[in-house]
Amino acid sequence: MSANKSLNSNIPEGELSDKWTQHKFNMKLVNPANKRKYKVIVVGTGLAGASASATLSELGYQVHTFCFHDTPRRAHSIAAQGGINAAKNYQNDGDSVYRLFYDTIKGGDFRAREANVHRLAEISVNIIDQCVAQGVPFAREYGGLLDNRSFGGAQVSRTFYAKGQTGQQLLLGAYSALMKQVNSGGVTMYTEHEMMDVVIVDGKARGIVTRNLKTGEITSHFADAVLLCSGGYGNVFYLSTNAMGSNVTAAWKAHKRGAYFANPCYTQIHPTCIPVHGEYQSKLTLMSESLRNDGRVWVPKKVGDDRHPNDIPEDERDYYLERKYPSFGNLVPRDLASRNAKYVCDEGRGVGPTKLAVYLDFRDSIERLGKDAIEARYGNLFDMYHSITDSNPYEEPMMIYPAVHYTMGGLWVDYNLMSNVEGLFVLGEANFSDHGANRLGASALMQGLADGYFVISYTLGNYLANVDLEPVTVEHESFLTAEKDVMERIKTLLAVRGTKTVDEFHRELGLLMWDKCGMSRNEEGLKEAIKRIPEIRKRFWKDVIVTGSNNEFNQTLEKALRVADFLEFAETMCRDALERKESCGGHFREDSQTPEGEALRDDESYTNVFAWEFKGIDNIPELHIEELEFENVQPSVRSYK
Amino acid sequence: MKTISLNLMVWRQNGPDEKGFFKTYLAENIDTDASFLEMLDVVNEDLIKKGNEPIAFAHDCREGICGTCGAVVNGEAHGPRDKVTLCQLHMRSFADGDTIILEPFRARALPIIKDLVVDRSALDRIIQAGGYISVRTGSAPDANSIPIAKKDADQAFDAAQCIGCAACVAACPNASAMLMMSAKVSHLSSLPQGKPESKKRVLSMVKQMVKEGFGGCSNEYQCEVACPKGISVKYIAQLNKDYLFSALGSE
Ligand SMILES: Cc1cc2nc3c(=O)[nH]c(=O)nc-3n(C[C@H](O)[C@H](O)[C@H](O)COP(=O)(O)OP(=O)(O)OC[C@H]3O[C@@H](n4cnc5c(N)ncnc54)[C@H](O)[C@@H]3O)c2cc1C
Ligand code: FES
Repeated sequence: MSANKSLNSNIPEGELSDKWTQHKFNMKLVNPANKRKYKVIVVGTGLAGASASATLSELGYQVHTFCFHDTPRRAHSIAAQGGINAAKNYQNDGDSVYRLFYDTIKGGDFRAREANVHRLAEISVNIIDQCVAQGVPFAREYGGLLDNRSFGGAQVSRTFYAKGQTGQQLLLGAYSALMKQVNSGGVTMYTEHEMMDVVIVDGKARGIVTRNLKTGEITSHFADAVLLCSGGYGNVFYLSTNAMGSNVTAAWKAHKRGAYFANPCYTQIHPTCIPVHGEYQSKLTLMSESLRNDGRVWVPKKVGDDRHPNDIPEDERDYYLERKYPSFGNLVPRDLASRNAKYVCDEGRGVGPTKLAVYLDFRDSIERLGKDAIEARYGNLFDMYHSITDSNPYEEPMMIYPAVHYTMGGLWVDYNLMSNVEGLFVLGEANFSDHGANRLGASALMQGLADGYFVISYTLGNYLANVDLEPVTVEHESFLTAEKDVMERIKTLLAVRGTKTVDEFHRELGLLMWDKCGMSRNEEGLKEAIKRIPEIRKRFWKDVIVTGSNNEFNQTLEKALRVADFLEFAETMCRDALERKESCGGHFREDSQTPEGEALRDDESYTNVFAWEFKGIDNIPELHIEELEFENVQPSVRSYK
Repeated sequence: MKTISLNLMVWRQNGPDEKGFFKTYLAENIDTDASFLEMLDVVNEDLIKKGNEPIAFAHDCREGICGTCGAVVNGEAHGPRDKVTLCQLHMRSFADGDTIILEPFRARALPIIKDLVVDRSALDRIIQAGGYISVRTGSAPDANSIPIAKKDADQAFDAAQCIGCAACVAACPNASAMLMMSAKVSHLSSLPQGKPESKKRVLSMVKQMVKEGFGGCSNEYQCEVACPKGISVKYIAQLNKDYLFSALGSE
């Protein structure tokens, strides 16, 4: 393993808390009259893409925005429930920018960049201001001021929320800003357009190729810079809490054109999801982790205790999180909560028909606070649970189990959110930058909006002000080649006419990934996965059935194209997990644990970022390393005992 | 595990300009814990395996929040249960041997793309006409500088819950988009930030709605019944008042 010179994170000089302020001052500005001469492509309309599109357009850039959804408002950000963090310290409970920074670094298990995370914490306060001004109806106290709650492993109340629909309200805020700019002519919006490739000219990102999902038309679009805001890749596991359409395609195509993929193995498994119930299951539903504020997690002490939970007396219940982690209890970070659920189920103490579930019990809080108070806090979540499972959580405990939820890995970016490919910026969940090996609850929404509203507006300008760009058109050879590649791939897929459906392949891949590269990983399993993934991939290209044609609305084809990319990407993910021989955050290596079964980091060897360079489908990607420097926070054992 | 079998009569239509027709399918051994869309997945897997075109239906989050899914089930938008989207309807709501008639949301302003998938871009254009507060990024004052009574904030939230699925349009005999539009207007105008633009907002959104070919409201209240988020028709009454006031005021 060798450090590579090209992997410069471009972190500005200076004191941690001054870096961003100084950098903003040092960066070049684009003259207002010149901004409208630049054309910027934004792929994605989630929190990151919608906020970036609106903001850049307000500044005067010509923005062309794409999403595969039928309207920008349906991006997967809509589904976020719990809330968004900000270091406002409105509760006067000791929060500060530094504390949010510290918590995020520690929560990320010391695998994120200090400078990026500090900037995120600084900006967090502006985000809330912006959203409130747009009309986002956050929860309020009786005095009319904003309410907060504590969330996911934080000991201060810094989470702003709108019932259990925070993502929806934030996205509708960003969407309304985007619609305002569409109305003013500043943004040209392309819905139902899937980005199929990034086009590089002279080493710089200069456009994309898209497929119109309604007509199948393949079109090239040129620009002066391309922003990928395409979300996470959790659906590589087939079952996850992500929306059905979430995919890795945009990031993977960029990777194949030269962008490095960083820490792909860092996945977050969320502890509180509704357990799997059948073979036909298409996705998993998250129950917001805010439920852990008032719900207590337990399993029976005895193996094989089949009594109804309400009949199991107090002293025969094991509140294992409270027992093992007395100071954080049910509020330990996600990775710990998930792993411990797995342990108790592995011991045979799991509950429910599949024995792959634990209880989340509200009995005590209902007794303490009253049913009305619990209903006011979680009413919609309880209703959702009831409607899906046909069981009433006011009367019996919920059953939950961990599920894939978020991907910390993503395309490598420097401090300016630019990938190693010049002019290709990556924002939101699609990049790797701020959450290290584990993301804290309510921090993804914050990051998406920080990137889109407040970071890219400066760093994109600096790039454009410094770069010399040749004029290009879509007649350029690079566009023509990319278009040809896309059409070739579609033609090949349609010609297979095999015997197995896209979902069958996707499910097979997902199960393998969950088994070998899921909550707990080991060398042997990962090696096996690396052997088996190419086999599945080969079978896919020989035996998949894709009905219909290209020149129409064809959901089977859409899905096939996405699964084809997952089948390539999954291998790199396993290689990354294999190479990182330590446990950190969401990446748990069985061969690196303490005698008590806690994750064991190896700071000596792995205080770094792995960034992979594509070398061809059946070739091993090349590893580049960015060393992480901790100048302000001393990496310590992350203890929540 | 309890399973049921059903007869489906599904609207098939190859493209916007093609002729549509009902086709019958058998959905066999469906787990009653499966969602309605998972039932369709099972039917589609079978169709695909036989080399037939699967039934096209729109969906994404499958947890009732993105507003992508939706179809008319036995005459009711999003099916028989109150306040759920199609993806949150579970097969335990049906009995073995039931016949289910499945059609797209129909309205002049929502042309069919394929089978059960319709084009709802007209709703975006209504929002573009004024469904926002014109605030630039970076120009906002401190979030707590304007206290908002909890009652007003809650009311804004209730109205803001619309998921833009268009069930209200499908359920309305006039194919009106009044419920969706009035919810947005109320959300924004019940907050102090939204007040300065409220007149202009109402006028231009209504104008756009008419232009898109949606009908007017004749107080049928079917929209409220169909709405998976339980958005109240009281917002329509409010909108009518605001509209009148704004129209007079703007002369
Ligand atoms: C159920 C759930 C609950 C969550 N709750 C919380 C929470 O409470 N707090 C929190 O902080 N975080 C939460 N998260 C995480 C958070 O919601 C996401 O990380 C975040 O919203 C991602 O935003 P984004 O803008 O990066 O991407 P997304 O919102 O996923 O948007 C991706 C966009 O890219 C487009 N796109 C993708 N690929 C292509 C392509 N090839 N061509 C064209 N367009 C493309 C899509 O159409 C979409 O517009 C939750 C996540 C889930 C799954
Ligand atoms: S699929 Fe998102 S609301 Fe039904």
